[in-house]
Amino acid sequence: MSGLEDLYREIILDHYRSPRNRGELEAPPAHRTEGFNPLCGDEVVVYVMVDGEGRIADIKINGQGCSISQSSASMMSAAVKGHTIDEARALTATFKSMMSIHEQDIGGDGTEAEADPADDVTAEMKLGDLEALRGVVKFPVRIKCATLSWNTLTQALDEVATARS
Amino acid sequence: MTTTPPSPPLATLDVAAIRRDFPVLSQRQDGHRLVFLDSAASSQHPRQVLDAMTSFYETSYANVHRGVYQLAERATAAYEGARGKVARFIGAPSSNEVVFTKNATEAINLVAGSWGRANLGPGDAVVLTLMEHHANIVPWQMLAAQLGFEIRWVPLTDDGHLDLTDLDRLLDGAKLFAFTAMSNVLGTLNPVARLTAAAHEKGALALVDACQWVPHLPTDVVAMGADFVAFSAHKMLGPSGIGVLWARAELLEAMPPFLGGGGMILNVTTEGFVADAPPGRFEAGTPPIAEAVGLAAAVDYLTGLGMDAVHRHEVELTGYALRTLRAEVGDALTIYGPSEPSERGGVLSIALEGVHAHDISQVLDTQAVCIRPGHHCAKPLMRVLGAPATARASIYVYNDTDDIDALAAALVAARDFFKL
Repeated sequence: MSGLEDLYREIILDHYRSPRNRGELEAPPAHRTEGFNPLCGDEVVVYVMVDGEGRIADIKINGQGCSISQSSASMMSAAVKGHTIDEARALTATFKSMMSIHEQDIGGDGTEAEADPADDVTAEMKLGDLEALRGVVKFPVRIKCATLSWNTLTQALDEVATARS
Repeated sequence: MTTTPPSPPLATLDVAAIRRDFPVLSQRQDGHRLVFLDSAASSQHPRQVLDAMTSFYETSYANVHRGVYQLAERATAAYEGARGKVARFIGAPSSNEVVFTKNATEAINLVAGSWGRANLGPGDAVVLTLMEHHANIVPWQMLAAQLGFEIRWVPLTDDGHLDLTDLDRLLDGAKLFAFTAMSNVLGTLNPVARLTAAAHEKGALALVDACQWVPHLPTDVVAMGADFVAFSAHKMLGPSGIGVLWARAELLEAMPPFLGGGGMILNVTTEGFVADAPPGRFEAGTPPIAEAVGLAAAVDYLTGLGMDAVHRHEVELTGYALRTLRAEVGDALTIYGPSEPSERGGVLSIALEGVHAHDISQVLDTQAVCIRPGHHCAKPLMRVLGAPATARASIYVYNDTDDIDALAAALVAARDFFKL
């Protein structure tokens, strides 16, 4: 089936069938945040355990969703685990920038995307497997599936930061 | 030798001829025939509806109930003629009982915001069911948060019917029972007359969400025993942007206005206003005029087909779909809702083991099969089903066995693509 292979790369299906960091963490001490995609009903629950040095010591993902949302969450958890909050935010920015390529194309406002403020950090945070999700931008209605867990992680990290300030 | 012809079968639909009336269905997508199986969300339009609206815009458009010139008179006649046609189509005793709204959602909000606000308060109860669309849940929740009444829920049986065991107890002290005539997820056809009678026995009024009923079955609001009936034109071959609230005349007479503005008043002074009589009282502002003309053409089209024949066609095709999908797709397939075709409308909510509804829909789109993934605006029901999302195929007058065969083949392709 032409086109489908662009979307459903083998590594995506692998993460969908065998999700990494699937489960729950006791909260507290971990932080628990729920994310919803109101269009399709997908739900993701992100548990993060941030240590005293601002490092994501552990992360677990729960919830239900399609192959794109579930594999994106799985890859995200593997990519940010053990990294600092700043690095996770930088990776999130990079990933969302990749996902919004299409939105900019059809946005028609003529503005260039702003330079990534965290360029120096992204150099150390490569997308790696997450590059496999690049094909999603050809299927605009699925972009929200791919970004659901990232938005939920951002919210979780914001909440952790607020709780500590 | 002569042969005795068999007795003529009951009139059914000439689907091939019907399909020729729908321009959208003649297109091809990636070389495939377009298989449109999402009519429960919104249906397609026959040329007769499109032509009626175009002709109205080209020859007779003006605002209604205002001008004295001939164009305005023709527009008003067309708009009010549509009201009469809708009234006859649903068995309404009077066209003054037909209120045009934006859609069924607005019709239910109208009942909540007008009748509900005037009649509900602390200690009262509104009874809903667990198979309601959000359109018949959220307006009541919004109002309950303001007025402090209770919302009670009729549960479901395992096979997707309403569980009426405790209905009388649930209706005790209730002022309104608001329920769907047919589930937009399960396809379940509810015993409308029995439910309205149960409500009336307890002194409650009955609101019927008939969005999935009016397009598919003969409708008689009096036989239904309903007090309020809501439905949308865009699910019955008509345009988006217009819906209908039918209510018994004496209820409408007693109800305060919902939206305020032009068209709904008898007089306005600096001190206040005097509201017009129904249905104008509930149609503030310029209404969907050409949309009413389109709705009237859709009513004519469906009347021409015969609603009995429409229903018979859908029962037959639903039965064919249930048999075909089970045989072709196999054990990985779950079809929610009643298994007996006569107990359901043409809505098939499907789950494929291990494949999310979004992914099913994506694969089906490559074969030009249009279905709907998601929660279908019925999240409380999805929670009961234990499914965050289903893939929903829904049929209408222009669907045939070829469409079902294409759906089955595409589901097999989805199953195989994800290597189950």
